[in-house]
Amino acid sequence: MSTSQAIGSEKAIKVMSQSTQRNNAIYARRRLVNGFNMLAATLAMGFGLFWLFWILWTLLQHGLSGLSADVFTQITPPPGSAGGLANAIAGSLQMTFFGILFGTPIGILAGVYLAEYGERGWLAPATRFINDILLSAPSIVIGLFVYEVYVVSVGHFSGWAGSMALALLVIPVVVRTTENMLRLVPNSLREAAIALGAPQWKVIMYVTLRAAKAGVITGILLAVARISGETAPLLFTALNNQFWSNMNQPMANLPIVIFQFAMSPYEDWHALAWAGALLITFSVLTLNILARWFASKNNSTH
Amino acid sequence: MENNQYSAHLKRQMLLDSVFRVATRFFAFLVLAMLIGILISLLIGAMPSIRHFGWGFLTSSEWDPVTEQFGAVVPIFGTLITSFIALLIGVPISFGIAIFLTELCPPMLKRPLGIAVELLAGIPSIIYGMWGLFVFAPLFGEHVQPWILENMGDLPLVGFLFQGAPMGIGIFTAGLILAIMVIPFIASVMRDVFEVVPPMLKESAYGLGGTTWEVVRYVVLPYTKTGVVGGIMLGLGRALGETMAVTFVIGNSSIFATGLFEAGNSIASTLANEFAEANGELYLSSLIQLGLILFFITFVVLSCSKLLLLQLKKQEGRSS
Amino acid sequence: MTTNAIKLQVKNLNFYYGKFHALKNINLDIPAGQVTAFIGPSGCGKSTLLRTFNRMFELYPGMSAEGEILLDSQNLLAKSVDVNMLRAKVGMVFQKPTPFPMSIYDNITFGVKLYESLSKAEMDDRVEWALRKAALWNEVKDKLKQSGNSLSGGQQQRLCIARAVATRPEVLLLDEPTSALDPISTGHIEELIHELKQDYTIAIVTHNMQQAARVSDYTAYMYLGELVEFGETDGIFTAPKRKETEDYITGKFG
Repeated sequence: MSTSQAIGSEKAIKVMSQSTQRNNAIYARRRLVNGFNMLAATLAMGFGLFWLFWILWTLLQHGLSGLSADVFTQITPPPGSAGGLANAIAGSLQMTFFGILFGTPIGILAGVYLAEYGERGWLAPATRFINDILLSAPSIVIGLFVYEVYVVSVGHFSGWAGSMALALLVIPVVVRTTENMLRLVPNSLREAAIALGAPQWKVIMYVTLRAAKAGVITGILLAVARISGETAPLLFTALNNQFWSNMNQPMANLPIVIFQFAMSPYEDWHALAWAGALLITFSVLTLNILARWFASKNNSTH
Repeated sequence: MENNQYSAHLKRQMLLDSVFRVATRFFAFLVLAMLIGILISLLIGAMPSIRHFGWGFLTSSEWDPVTEQFGAVVPIFGTLITSFIALLIGVPISFGIAIFLTELCPPMLKRPLGIAVELLAGIPSIIYGMWGLFVFAPLFGEHVQPWILENMGDLPLVGFLFQGAPMGIGIFTAGLILAIMVIPFIASVMRDVFEVVPPMLKESAYGLGGTTWEVVRYVVLPYTKTGVVGGIMLGLGRALGETMAVTFVIGNSSIFATGLFEAGNSIASTLANEFAEANGELYLSSLIQLGLILFFITFVVLSCSKLLLLQLKKQEGRSS
Repeated sequence: MTTNAIKLQVKNLNFYYGKFHALKNINLDIPAGQVTAFIGPSGCGKSTLLRTFNRMFELYPGMSAEGEILLDSQNLLAKSVDVNMLRAKVGMVFQKPTPFPMSIYDNITFGVKLYESLSKAEMDDRVEWALRKAALWNEVKDKLKQSGNSLSGGQQQRLCIARAVATRPEVLLLDEPTSALDPISTGHIEELIHELKQDYTIAIVTHNMQQAARVSDYTAYMYLGELVEFGETDGIFTAPKRKETEDYITGKFG
């Protein structure tokens, strides 16, 4: 101790003899670097907002002029004549509806398993891992999958195939939110219900799921928002249709009609594509905001 | 008698309990099976092409439906280079946005700006594509590209990248639009992980006289690096698989591009453009094999990001 | 005890969290080269007061301080005072150890590099000096390249003290520095405070009255944002002038 203290005091003298003057040149440079980087960060924020507003502005500019009652009442026209998007809107609504109808129960039940039974064993962690990968898997590959297993075997494109592809996109979203929301339900609530002698399936269906209802609904809304803008998975499944159709035939839908019309050389098709783009963007953004609002409203009341 | 009824009721409940349990287990397994199903079905679909071309599929840059010669180099390269450009632009911008939202933003604007960035993520990809083709590309080709071609085309080493015709569309435009699309994903992950840095840790760095930049660069970023990398990988996963935005603006050319402004093709855009019209077993199966390759690439990227994030969670568990 | 020069002079200080009036008209002289302890029940404003001395509160919106705090007769709350320069002069150690996510060596040099350009040898000397000051050198001299997180809690806190000392501040603020530590580590830190007051003016917030009695020369008792009593520690603990102080110290309240 005494020797180390001796060495220490030697160093101490050396250190104390170093200039105590803080170097102003260093500080000036640091302030410059900080100022520059903070300015860059602010500009980055501006950069992000710039595209958002530019895109929304473009949509309003081109879309509003194309929007009329015809869009909702007439079916998609051949090039050069007037028409609307009625069949495409109806097709999108139907396929989204069935996609959610098929996907939601599967997603909720799988989410229940992960949250309520998934403490032990290999299945839950593996499913959780795979689910997160499916959550951001390329949607066009999902389309290919449905093409391979359904379209090829029935021999034709159809609305059902489109709904299936959309359902496969819904499942991971619902699984994730259901599990997360169920995990937020306090264990004391489960214990209270079990202590009354309720069987576990009743506890889950009538107590825990009900307590997590708002969160699960938020997840479903987000899933609707996600699939109603998707184009890629419908390319090889629902395809397109110039006329009204039933679910067992190739089916018109907004994203693909927009794609086809926008890529064409015809002016009036372009106008309809913009109108469709406006419709689809604002419904998706509205759904997003609605989901967020719903989630925050329920958070604040708890 | 009553006792009997009671035990029957109990039995029924126990049966229902196990039925319910098995049902949820089945659906959880279904999610797992989905991934395996996708892999197997794509593999079967791609078989004719795998048998016919072998490894040559991965090294040939020829894509000719007429002579039925197919190689994946051009689309794979297009997918990778557009995603690379997207990250090159998107990551610094996202970092800036995250810094702004966590350190600089007035509290009143924090929520609205955060939501605005997330809305950018909500815009359907087809809209980005349309906007890119009709609005951005013409402006870019007319006003920006000629200037770049003139001033940067003759630079040593990198000059060849900036040659080509000022068409507006092409590989660079696709990368830029992808960048705009991945920014909200990366920026929100970065913001979320920056926000969980303990205030006391940041205060310690400020307490020594550090500037905001120094605190972020030397304390916040190292502290959150796993989460940040995970977020970037997530963005990369998005960029690799993005179809519609790229299809509109990449130019759809199956010839190997040497410059950033030339037309190219990505895996997803090749599928979107050619699949519905593909005739002939070999053509179709080559396209399916492209899909398989895309799925494989994103699977690897996403798995890596998942593992990183899991590691992050473990670290958090240890420190608390 | 000799009369000391005044290092920090608090004059008519008022502090607001939004509408909440957290510090009410505080007047206080902190003598140089001494340890001044701030005690009082939770929420009395003692930490808030400490955080005005290096303007840490400015990181958060809605907080404002009115009045004057003179550091060597210069008002540190003045807009013209550069907050980073101020913080280089006034070091701070927090309730919990906060090693930066980097090596032990880099933890120490982080603050030094901000204001001084030293050669490698000078920097090595500085690191050793600071770690010796914090009584940590012998424990870490062979693992300077290891992460600061690899140390035990008590070692981490001494690392944070070394880090604060390395920039050679004039004032050292300790905000409940032992609240997350075991009794042995607490003992180490208290010894350290004794050593350090030879070179620094120290202000320590503590909820532990025995600790205040052990380490400090002066003690301030605060309650509900007001400074109730301030004086030499011996006086406060043996013969408090105010009834409230006596109640708190004897444990009748708080």
